[in-house]
Amino acid sequence: MKYTEEHEWLRVEGDLVVVGITEHAAEQLGDVVFVELPELETQVAKGDEVCVIESVKAASDILAPCDGEIVAVNDALSDAPGMVNDDPQGDAWFFKMKLDDMSVLDDFMSEDEYKAFIG
Amino acid sequence: MAEGGQNGDLQRTVLHDLHLDLGAKMVPFAGYAMPVQYKPGVMAEHLHTRAQAGLFDVSHMGQVILRGEAAAAALERLVPVDLQGLAEGRQRYAMFTDERGGILDDLMVANRGDHLFLVVNAACKEADIAHMRAHMDGVTVTPVTDRALIALQGPLAEAALAALVPGVAAMRFMDVATYDWDGAALWVSRSGYTGEDGFEISVPEPCAGAFARALLARPEVAPIGLGARDSLRLEAGLCLYGNDITRDTTPVEAALGWAIQKVRRRGGAREGGFPGADVILRQLETGPERRRVGLRPEGRAPMRAGTQLFADDTADTPVGTVTSGAYGPSIEAPMSMGYLPAALSATGTQVFGELRGKRHPARVVDLPFRPAGYRK
Repeated sequence: MKYTEEHEWLRVEGDLVVVGITEHAAEQLGDVVFVELPELETQVAKGDEVCVIESVKAASDILAPCDGEIVAVNDALSDAPGMVNDDPQGDAWFFKMKLDDMSVLDDFMSEDEYKAFIG
Repeated sequence: MAEGGQNGDLQRTVLHDLHLDLGAKMVPFAGYAMPVQYKPGVMAEHLHTRAQAGLFDVSHMGQVILRGEAAAAALERLVPVDLQGLAEGRQRYAMFTDERGGILDDLMVANRGDHLFLVVNAACKEADIAHMRAHMDGVTVTPVTDRALIALQGPLAEAALAALVPGVAAMRFMDVATYDWDGAALWVSRSGYTGEDGFEISVPEPCAGAFARALLARPEVAPIGLGARDSLRLEAGLCLYGNDITRDTTPVEAALGWAIQKVRRRGGAREGGFPGADVILRQLETGPERRRVGLRPEGRAPMRAGTQLFADDTADTPVGTVTSGAYGPSIEAPMSMGYLPAALSATGTQVFGELRGKRHPARVVDLPFRPAGYRK
C-alpha cells in the first residue's frame, strides 16, 4: 500500500491501482453522506478532481493521484456512503485506475512514512 | 482537511474543561472555543438527541436582564412582537429590526415577573446591548455574565431534568420558571433549538460544571456539539442568524410573520412603532416578493449555503440562494432552506440548484422537514 499527501491510499492490483481514502482522512471528514464517483473510461491527469465526498461537515474532493484512466468505480458507495467511515481502507475503495506509468508509485509514501506524515 | 483555526485567543465557557474531559473537538465559534462534536460524531449525536436527550453548552449566547417599569413597552419599540401581552412565566420569540425591516438579531424574551430575561445570539450580543441601551430610556440593560446556559433537548429531556429538578415536569412549551438545585437558582425555560421537547437552563457559573455532570451521569443524556445542533435545528426548520436571517431579510420574507401578533399589525391596538414597520406591515398585507422556503434536493447530494438556485436547468440568472443546507440524519436525506421569488415559493415547485457546475433538481417543501415534538 502507498499513501499520498492528500490522504489517499493506493493498492496495486495486477496492472491496476485501487484508490481510496485513509482511515485518518475518514475520521477527519466525519460521517460521509454523499459520494460522487468519476465516469468510467475517463482519462485523468494527476491532481484532477475526480470524486466528491460530502460529510456532515463539508464537501471535499478526491484528486487523481497519477495520470491514467479510470477503469472501475465502486458503485456501492453511492447507495451506502457510510461505508467510507466503516471500512475506509477495505470495502470503501473509490475507483481503479490504469496508470500511464506504474513507476510513479515509487514516489508515494510507505505506510510508515504516512504515519509519520500525519503525526 | 486542516483542523480549525487557532483556539488561543478565544473566550472559553465555564464548561470548557468538561468538554475536553468528554473528548470534544473544539472549534472557534463567535469568538468562543466551542465543542463542534464529541467522540460519537455529528450523526450519532443528532440521532441520540432525537431518540433520548442531548446536552448542549450554549453559554456563549448572550443573557440579558431588562429592568424598568415600562421595559416591555420600551422593548416593543425595537421588535415587532407583543411583549406587553406576554404573561408572567411565559417566553416568546422576537427579532430586532432595522429601519429597512431587516433583522439585526433574533432572540427569546421571557417575562420573569419583575424583569424581562433575554437570550440573544453570541455574535450579536455586544451590538444588541448597545442597541437597547441607545433606544430604551428608563430601562436598565444588564448583561448576565456569571451564568452558564445549558440546553437539554430530546424526548427524554423531561425525565432527565425532572430527576434533578422535579418541578419542571409541570412546565409547558415556552413556560419559564425558577427552580432550586443544590442551593443554586436555575432559570429554566421549556424551549430549545432542535424541534424536540426540552429545556434551556441558565445556571450560576460556580454550579454549572456539577449540574452538567449530574445530567450527563444519567444514561439517557449525552453531550452534543455544534455540528449536530445545526443539523437538528435545520430539520426543525429553524433559522440560523447570519445565514437564513440577516439585515437583508425581513421577518415576513423569512416566513416569521407568525411571530408578529395581531396587536402590532395594521389595525392592531399597538400597530407598528418598531423600526421598519412600514416595510414589514405592508409585506404582511401584500405578501413579500421573496420568501424563505424548505427545499428537498433529489438524490443524496446536499445543497449547502451559497448554492445558487435557478428556475430551470438552462436559465442564466439565478432566482435565489440556499442559506442553510446539510444532510438530515433523521430524515435520511439532504435538506436546504433558501429564498425564492414568491411565484416559485409554492409547495411542490421544482427549482434547480447548481453544484459543481451541474444543475440538480430540488422541490419546495413545507417546513419543518421533521415534525416538532414540543410539549404544548
